[in-house]
Amino acid sequence: MSDTHAESVAYVRETFVGEQPPPAQETGALIWLRKNLFSNWFYSILTLLALYVIYVLLSGFLPWLLGGVWEASSIRECREIAGEGAAGGCFAVLSERWNQLLFGFSYPSEAYWRPTLALVLLAVAAAPVLFPKVPRALLIVTLIYPFAAYYLIWGGTILIAVMALLGVIVGYIVYSRLVDRGFALGFFAGVAAAIIVWQIGGFITAAAPNVLALTEIQSRDMGGFMLNLILGVVCVSLSLPIGIVLALGRQSSLPIIKWICVVFIEFIRGVPLITLLFVANVVLAYFLPPGTNFDLILRVIIMITMFASAYIAEVIRGGLAALPRGQYEGAESLGLDYAQSMRLIILPQALKISIPGIVNVAVGLFKDTTLVSIISMFDLVGMIRGPILASQDWNGVYWELYGFAAFLFFIVCYGISQYSQWLERQLATDHR
Amino acid sequence: MSMTEEMQVDTSKMKISDEVAIRIEGMNKWYGQFHVLRDIDLTVYRGERIVICGPSGSGKSTLIRCINALEEHQKGKIEVDGTVLSSDLKQIDKIRSEVGMCFQHFNLFPHLTILENCTLAPIWVRKTPKRDAEKTAMHFLEKVKIPDQAHKYPGQLSGGQQQRVAIARSLCMRPRIMLFDEPTSALDPEMIKEVLDTMIELAEEGMTMLCVTHEMGFARQVANRVIFMDQGQIVEQNEPEEFFKNPKSERTKLFLSQILGH
Repeated sequence: MSDTHAESVAYVRETFVGEQPPPAQETGALIWLRKNLFSNWFYSILTLLALYVIYVLLSGFLPWLLGGVWEASSIRECREIAGEGAAGGCFAVLSERWNQLLFGFSYPSEAYWRPTLALVLLAVAAAPVLFPKVPRALLIVTLIYPFAAYYLIWGGTILIAVMALLGVIVGYIVYSRLVDRGFALGFFAGVAAAIIVWQIGGFITAAAPNVLALTEIQSRDMGGFMLNLILGVVCVSLSLPIGIVLALGRQSSLPIIKWICVVFIEFIRGVPLITLLFVANVVLAYFLPPGTNFDLILRVIIMITMFASAYIAEVIRGGLAALPRGQYEGAESLGLDYAQSMRLIILPQALKISIPGIVNVAVGLFKDTTLVSIISMFDLVGMIRGPILASQDWNGVYWELYGFAAFLFFIVCYGISQYSQWLERQLATDHR
Repeated sequence: MSMTEEMQVDTSKMKISDEVAIRIEGMNKWYGQFHVLRDIDLTVYRGERIVICGPSGSGKSTLIRCINALEEHQKGKIEVDGTVLSSDLKQIDKIRSEVGMCFQHFNLFPHLTILENCTLAPIWVRKTPKRDAEKTAMHFLEKVKIPDQAHKYPGQLSGGQQQRVAIARSLCMRPRIMLFDEPTSALDPEMIKEVLDTMIELAEEGMTMLCVTHEMGFARQVANRVIFMDQGQIVEQNEPEEFFKNPKSERTKLFLSQILGH
């Protein structure tokens, strides 16, 4: 700055101040402590109090965890090994019942590799959907995966899975050939073609039940954490697309479609999940023709999916409502049709806004899969409540078992939550 | 307005032909019970540059939004490039892809880069191969003087730059008519000129343009016809020279004195 203009009111800057680094931070552990934990006497007391609470909690928890017994055949043996009044937990129940906790008590042990392989393949199949950097070619694995996983977990001839996949592919080809002449025509023709292929496939599989057959395993033999994962993965991946369709349907200008969606969403949201599960378990049997054997897991999947998709639809509707009207108009003014503007402009933005809500529903849904233990399916919680705690050997080992269940669910749910936060950062392009 | 002196407009290529670009006959529009547009008759010839002005709520935006069917009209006929607007969605999409539109708030797609914003419609609506679409996009981005921003997102650009991208995005569809809905109203004064310059360049190349704007300097220099609207009706239209010097209706005089008076 110059002194030449100092006496006058008018002022002209003659030299500009260059960019300068911010003042150096005060650093060092002691300064950090004083700033954050002991800045005044009240905070100091709070800090000391918090330290004491942490100490009390850890002094109870750590001996229980570290001094635990891992090798024993019953709770009595556990107590003998640990000695009188020992603080250690009886984790031997986990190692002894490990397979039951993961696979249920009637899944044949020589087939444990099959669901395990299905879980490993799930990681490969999910990667291209979850991470944009993974090569797109892997999407073929994603397409085949549901059928492969069914074949691995339930067994039977491989023809069932192949025919199911074939039906989907034929249906899609018919749809894409006819969709130019109208969406409805293409859609229904595609569905019809798929059903025809499935019917023919049914005859073929019935005629040749032993082609590359794995031992068939019934749905009632599924259990443990495997059952929770099956229900969670299937229901989340089905309810997201259904939820999107419901949300768009609710915004539709066609009154019939709109009202079907509104009634479905409001009805399903107004009913507790547990009621729907009882309906799946008991009531549905009355409505179905006698003799039909409608798979229980399938019934439960349908109910949980309906429940979750109604919630997801409402979350996505919030995202759609948050978009400015100008985005719709911008897309329309360029000549994009409804499907294109939804797929390319509206949904990518609306879904991004809805990520926290969708993840909230997904995490809740995954934990709600434990409710199936109430309709006597032996998922992880069902196994603990039923066969394990009821047995002579392990009656009374509550903390270790339920702690283990909580731990498994926590890992999965925390993973989902971390992934969603990463995804939000990846998609942050609006620079607000 | 002060902007007038700075504009240098090359009128050599501005030619108005006898071909009709837009024909509106007896068009009426209601929002519920509210009669927004009343008996609009307007014929736009190819190569015309029309500025529509009027107080807020006079229906000028609604009028140009009816032309590409962003708003539905209830009575009368609109014909764009020889195609009559009906409720046939395919036809509406076709007209929209041939009529470019720029909005007050740009309406760029924030989740796509500038380049993707420009190539989206050519790729999906015109089925242009991606490489060709990108070439065209870069051509028009150069024209609006921001090729170096092609890989940024709209949120990283200034308002003026965003509006120029919006113009380039419309041009990528090779429209024969451009509609501007208050393109400079949301901009800082410093940025208005860069957008107006782009619009002038377009006019110089003979583009048919309908602009809703309050930039009277632009109207004076570039337009061949100025339309004044009030209460959903066309009150007065004339060549800019006459329009500003000798407004006929009292309503126009009042409007002009209010916006030019200070």
